[in-house]
Amino acid sequence: MENLIALLVAAPLLGAVVLLCGGRRLDRVGHWLGTALAGASFVVAVVLFTDMLGRSADDRALHQKLFSWIPVEGFQADVAFQLDQLSMTFVLLITSVGTLIHIYSIGYMEHDERRRRFFGYLNLFVAAMLILVIADNYLLLYVGWEGVGLASYLLIGFWQHKPSAATAAKKAFLVNRVGDMGLSIAIMLMFTTFGTFAFGPVLEATGETSEGKLTAIGLMLLLAACGKSAQVPLQSWLGDAMEGPTPVSALIHAATMVTAGVYLIVRSGAIFNGAPDAQLVVVVVGAVTLLFGAIVGCAKDDIKKALAGSTMSQIGYMILAAGLGPIGYVFAIMHLVTHGFFKAGLFLGAGSVMHGMNDEVDMRRYGGLRKYMPVTFVTFGLGYLAIIGFPGLSGFFSKDKIIEAAFAKGGTEGWILGAVTLLGAAITAFYMTRVMLMTFFGEKRWQPDAEGHDPHPHESPKSMTIPMIVLAFGSVFAGGFFSIGDRFLHWLEPVTGHSHGDAPVSATTVTAATMVVLVIGVAVAWVMYGRKAVPAVAPRGSLLTRAARRDLLQDDFNHVVLVRGGEHLTRSLVYVDHSLVDGVVNGTAASMGGLSGRLRKLQNGYARTYAVSMFGGTAVLIAATLLMRAV
Amino acid sequence: MSATAVHSLWTMAGGVTSAAPDEKFKAPVIEYTQLTPVLIVIGVAVLGVLVEAFVPRRARYYTQVFLAVAALVAAFAAVIGLAAAGYGTTKAHIAAMGAIAVDGPALFLQGTILLTSLVAVFTFAERRLDPESHGSRVDSFAAQAASVPGSDSEKAAVKAGFTTTEVFPLLLFAVAGMLVFPAANDLLTLFVALEVFSLPLYLLCAVARRKRLMSQEAAVKYFLLGAFSSAFLLFGIALLYGYAGSVSYAQIATVVDGSIQQIDPALADTMGNDVLLLIGGAMILTGLLFKVGAVPFHMWTPDVYQGAPTPVTGFMAAATKVAAFGALLRLLYVVLPGLTWDLRPVMWGIAIVTMVGGAIVAITQTDIKRLLAYSSIAHAGFILAGVIAATPQGISSVLFYLATYSFVTVGAFAVVTLVRDAGGEATHLSKWAGLGRRSPLVAAVFAVFLLAFAGIPLTSGFSGKFAVFKAAAEGGASGLVVVGVISSAIAAFFYIRVIVLMFFSEPKADGPTVAVPSPLTMTTIAVGVAVTLVLGLAPQYFLDLASQAGVFVR
Repeated sequence: MENLIALLVAAPLLGAVVLLCGGRRLDRVGHWLGTALAGASFVVAVVLFTDMLGRSADDRALHQKLFSWIPVEGFQADVAFQLDQLSMTFVLLITSVGTLIHIYSIGYMEHDERRRRFFGYLNLFVAAMLILVIADNYLLLYVGWEGVGLASYLLIGFWQHKPSAATAAKKAFLVNRVGDMGLSIAIMLMFTTFGTFAFGPVLEATGETSEGKLTAIGLMLLLAACGKSAQVPLQSWLGDAMEGPTPVSALIHAATMVTAGVYLIVRSGAIFNGAPDAQLVVVVVGAVTLLFGAIVGCAKDDIKKALAGSTMSQIGYMILAAGLGPIGYVFAIMHLVTHGFFKAGLFLGAGSVMHGMNDEVDMRRYGGLRKYMPVTFVTFGLGYLAIIGFPGLSGFFSKDKIIEAAFAKGGTEGWILGAVTLLGAAITAFYMTRVMLMTFFGEKRWQPDAEGHDPHPHESPKSMTIPMIVLAFGSVFAGGFFSIGDRFLHWLEPVTGHSHGDAPVSATTVTAATMVVLVIGVAVAWVMYGRKAVPAVAPRGSLLTRAARRDLLQDDFNHVVLVRGGEHLTRSLVYVDHSLVDGVVNGTAASMGGLSGRLRKLQNGYARTYAVSMFGGTAVLIAATLLMRAV
Repeated sequence: MSATAVHSLWTMAGGVTSAAPDEKFKAPVIEYTQLTPVLIVIGVAVLGVLVEAFVPRRARYYTQVFLAVAALVAAFAAVIGLAAAGYGTTKAHIAAMGAIAVDGPALFLQGTILLTSLVAVFTFAERRLDPESHGSRVDSFAAQAASVPGSDSEKAAVKAGFTTTEVFPLLLFAVAGMLVFPAANDLLTLFVALEVFSLPLYLLCAVARRKRLMSQEAAVKYFLLGAFSSAFLLFGIALLYGYAGSVSYAQIATVVDGSIQQIDPALADTMGNDVLLLIGGAMILTGLLFKVGAVPFHMWTPDVYQGAPTPVTGFMAAATKVAAFGALLRLLYVVLPGLTWDLRPVMWGIAIVTMVGGAIVAITQTDIKRLLAYSSIAHAGFILAGVIAATPQGISSVLFYLATYSFVTVGAFAVVTLVRDAGGEATHLSKWAGLGRRSPLVAAVFAVFLLAFAGIPLTSGFSGKFAVFKAAAEGGASGLVVVGVISSAIAAFFYIRVIVLMFFSEPKADGPTVAVPSPLTMTTIAVGVAVTLVLGLAPQYFLDLASQAGVFVR
């Protein structure tokens, strides 16, 4: 059975190679081929999953070594895969949501003449993400990590004729590089500390390692996670990444890429367990990002950017949960999976709306769409209810658990974190209701596009609606399915471990509080956007609103501190290079030239001078020889 | 007078009559077979003089070229034969009653000198570079060396189509002296060899066809200073004789290291005045350092290299250096190893000022021949670093370096003969601007030689320099290596500058033309390039050869 693992990666990788190298001949079948191979990978995943369920909880991990990658004395690295419950969860999420997005893209990208290439990139994305989650060592994980970075760059910049898309792709790539540096440093530290990269030996040896080293490794891993998962301070690429085609946004935000950071932290749990300081930083990053993303989401009028803020915020929940240690690992992953369903559904819904609205993204020009796009409205609505944590739907179960876990952290810390997660839940309810109201309710605010075409909103084709319906099912039922009888907890516990912590308040109280803030959030949004007509032009707004529209000044900050700072640094280095380094070099050259000119005058052409030189030389020679004997 | 009669004469003069002459005195044993290389060259040189006397003028050029080439080839074959017979290693010994060593270094250096001279002879024989004058082809040498420059007799000689074919026997005499020089195993032989190769060189310097006054001035300077240095050498020999009571290397060595006490205690009491040894040794060093062109005994080099006919310059720069360094090595390793510690500081000093001085002054040179002269001074410094190493690796690295350097030098000067304008060779650097645009092949070949001089990898210059510096570092002279590398960097500047000038400057309107040479010069240049690249790409065989040959017989 373990021989099937490589097939998971092989299928989409083959698709990427064939589609990208195959040329125009494959234009007509490319999208089918790509979708079929992603689907094949999903089928393999299901087979492996069924097999895994048939074995006892302690015996579920599978291992497959393909070949020895770097067989050097003292530096061993294998291309080997490990499929345990944690990896299996990710594999199922990636392949299922990935396949649905492939199907959706068939319709969405129908009129794009580079569709074959798009599917090649999608396959590459899925393959890289699968390598990332089933690698059995950090070095191979890094390969998948970089592969995801490359694929995201290619897909975000897919419409490269648009300067904004090209810039966004570059931005995502550059910001990710910062995180990648963290991962590579972490891997180097691991090698010097443990002498190996493999998960097993590294994670087992954490008990005998000093806390300082673990903290250093942990912080570097966190930096890596911040890059891929768009956490503060490396969050700035995520909003701009919306320049990519909408299926790409769905793929990045739901099933791949941004989840990689959460995976990395949960996978490296043993390291963080031994480094409380690093864990604290993880929690802080998660909490800050949670609020940051939520606030940005409130102010955006671009539907995709509002959803992007929401993603940032939800990933913040997961990172926060992962930072809580064994109390939160399972719930981080559980929220990740449910989020994968409803966020993919929301993005595909947003894509469907744009599809019907001449690619308009400004929610102030939507309004009243529920009559024109019933399927989209229902599926999007279910995703909306799931994400705000409406009782009984997926998000309710998973988010509630995280809030409970935050309180269970104990002490002042627990109260602060609990409060932050509750506040986040309120803001989530507010901004998602806002999106819902502005898009599907109220008056029509449609406007003709740049070429003067009036929009004719219509429901999207089947290839797009079916994936949305499937995902809506996931949004509704996944959470309940996982939570009843603690199924998900028992499934994942052998890998991540679990502890209940000591909650200062009962679970029922937490749930009640969550319900209260939920109602408040929805109510405020209703008052602001449901009762009153939404103005077609955004009002000036408060200082906070304006800041939030500018992504809380993240780009201004980066520009002032990093870009300007970098320019200043470069300029001063250039100055040093010109004045000091070149000065020394040119000065040496000039002084050599001057010396040469002076010495040259000794060569005056008179044989008598030459003879004197010889005579003097001999005298010195003799004197020096005698002197050496004398001393 | 028969040999026996001579012996009896000596016997009576010595006042010893009781013993039979055969027991006390023996006829000198000369191992003629082992001296074949020298004998061939010197024999043909004498033959060449007779050719000048008896062969009609028309046929002399061809006869002389043929004889010279044949002599050098035969002598080289003889060297190979001796080496193959094991004289370089197991059968190494001292021939001719202690006068001449036949050992690895001697044979290696003789082989190098002979091959270098062979390719140099081709440039001597080149007659297609200058336009024909009065219907006859001319080479680089004056029509009649004895005629006063600008005089009527000179014009008449030119009109008559005379050529100085004497250069070939002169070259052979010089080669003969050079063959003996590194093999000399007593001080008198050393001196005689020095004079035998120096005097023809003085003459050769004086016989340029163009710029005759400059050529004669160079010859006179060379002669005066050469005589001056010979005087030092000779005086040093006298002092060493006073110190050790012998001119034989072996004998002096036993006195220097004190082993004479065991051999002949009575004799030991009468000698061993170290002041004589130190002063004498230093003076002999002066004579040899003059020949290798080390600072501060180098000042003749630029003037002579510039004034001499370029083929002569190439020959002299390559072969003289090989011979002189050979003699220096033998002197330091066989006669004066006991003085290593006394001489080390001063040799360090000389090596440093030679490397640095040569490289620095070369920067501001504007004449290609002077530039190459200063480059040769800097190279003498690099080789000295290997000499100072005082290890077997030091010997073999110097042997290897000399082999690489000599071919590059002959090749480079051969290229210089090609670049000409109305006044003959265009040696001013400004005229070389843009040469690469007009004659890419010639410029590329010259660039290869310059890169080899600079010691850039994949050329023989790199392998040679690497070997020498490695030996010096292992021999405890890391400081010298540092200075050597810095000097190499300085030197690289002016080599590369010439390359930049050739390839990246606009050609001048009235620039020189590149003459198309006969196959003779082409052979010289081709051999130079081939050796440069082969020794740069695959030096191991030759390094091994040099390493096998790196043991002096004592």
